[in-house]
Amino acid sequence: MAEAALATERPATAASAAPLLTVRGLEAWYGESHVLHGIDLDVRSGEVVTLLGRNGAGKTTTLKSIMGMLPKRKGSVVFEGKELMHLPARHIAKAGIAICPEERGVFASLSVQENLMLPPKVRDGGLSVPQIFELFPNLKERLSSQGTKLSGGEQQMLAIGRILRTGANLLLLDEPTEGLAPVIVQQIGHTIARLKKEGFTIVLVEQNFHFASSVADRHYIVEQGRTVDMIENSELDANMDKLHAYLGV
Amino acid sequence: MSVVAEPNTMRLPEERTTGAMPGYHIAIFALLLGLALIAPFFLYPVFLMKVMCFALFACALNLLLGFGGLLSFGHAAFFGGAAYVSAHAAKVWGLTPEVAIILGTLSGALLGLVIGSFAIRRQGIYFAMVTLAFAQMVYFAALQMPFTGGEDGIQNVPRGDLFGVISLNSDMSLYFMVLAIVFGGLLAIYRIIHSPFGQVLKAIRENEPRAISLGYRVNNYKLTVFVLSAALAGLAGATKAIVFQLASLTDVHWSMSGEAVLMTLIGGMGTVFGPLVGAAIIVTMQNYLASLGAWVTIIQGFIFVIAVLLFREGVVGLIAKRLRRPL
Repeated sequence: MAEAALATERPATAASAAPLLTVRGLEAWYGESHVLHGIDLDVRSGEVVTLLGRNGAGKTTTLKSIMGMLPKRKGSVVFEGKELMHLPARHIAKAGIAICPEERGVFASLSVQENLMLPPKVRDGGLSVPQIFELFPNLKERLSSQGTKLSGGEQQMLAIGRILRTGANLLLLDEPTEGLAPVIVQQIGHTIARLKKEGFTIVLVEQNFHFASSVADRHYIVEQGRTVDMIENSELDANMDKLHAYLGV
Repeated sequence: MSVVAEPNTMRLPEERTTGAMPGYHIAIFALLLGLALIAPFFLYPVFLMKVMCFALFACALNLLLGFGGLLSFGHAAFFGGAAYVSAHAAKVWGLTPEVAIILGTLSGALLGLVIGSFAIRRQGIYFAMVTLAFAQMVYFAALQMPFTGGEDGIQNVPRGDLFGVISLNSDMSLYFMVLAIVFGGLLAIYRIIHSPFGQVLKAIRENEPRAISLGYRVNNYKLTVFVLSAALAGLAGATKAIVFQLASLTDVHWSMSGEAVLMTLIGGMGTVFGPLVGAAIIVTMQNYLASLGAWVTIIQGFIFVIAVLLFREGVVGLIAKRLRRPL
């Protein structure tokens, strides 16, 4: 299928100035422990933004609390002009945000096809099933396989693929390259670039800095539950020392 | 395998190619039906009807436990409650058996709606405890309320005439009515499990937070499956009351809930055919070992221990694992 076939009615294809997602002073708790102390993010429509930081800095927690998956949180999360802070998680999903969790969450007792078709459509404009197969040809071969009988890479493709059908336009991807072979990492990189071209907005949590720099527009640095810095991808080279100081051991 | 091209029109995984009943499942259903049709000519029909009623009861529990991941320890409330309602409807109101059974089933569903809407707010052991507590309330209500007959239960329930026409006093005609009800119930459960609704249930059972974050209102799904399960347990209980012409405290006692759990586990939790096998094993033991008195319970316990130690997946679960096919 030609590249053009993927084109949908998605309006914005380039990063526009209006922020799609604005996060201010986001704090979150796991039980008694206070994990996020103040996350501020601006994500513009059509952008790919990464959250970089050491282990335990609060990157995954940030995604989870945007999605409303934590019991206690505070601050403000505005998506398409709508405050999400007081909505339950399923309404946040319906608003058009989809998360691909680190553990992938592929349902073991369902087949690839069932996993793919399970997420409810939240609005129009999602990719069609043939378009998803075009992105991930492996999935098409394994349609009737059980979710857990896939390789790690295929599971990751399935986990990403199934949220593309729903019509969500903001994708939160939590370490999509973790534990995958370099060739698969490359394929996921291509996919993210392709999704960006399609007009999807992506917030990516990444440990693999080289991978992040190959796909992202901007990088937020998360440290001890706070966003401490933001670096444009174009200014990355100039800021290498700073970045090493943040991320190095 | 071709996949539908237009996802824009669908909300749920409705158009699937994997949803059709696989050939070997059709064969098993056909075999079961065939056996059930000839069995009453060789075995005592009332015993077979008992097996069938308990099989449906266990399958109803398995729908909730095996596919929804919710262990109810209070299913006797729906089974026994429906038995009382159908017995009362047939005996006091003089309704025909099919109407009495339908009323019993509805009472099971209604009770399921009430108990379920409280119970689904809790998970795991707490869910089991809440269902048990409510079932105990139903038990004491059954003991105290005037229409249940207290310790005596409702006895001598007339079997009546099916649709007001066919007399069910002969065991054979009653047998085929029960067979139709139970087989219909099983097919309904099979359909539920393999529907898009069933897939969402499995998803919730495996990873509830993920199902929520995909946008599902999981509590509605849990409540729906609870009510369906309660209604089917009610169908089993209501039918049982007509077959034995009796609704008694045994039907609502907590040990009845335990028996359903036992049948489900012995047969194979989360399998389609497991609870049938489990019910057949347990009821057969109760019937043929009845002369041993209280020893039956001890033997049952012993078998349960062996099952847990040696084949935790249950009889059918074990076979399915060997065959590498879902049964």
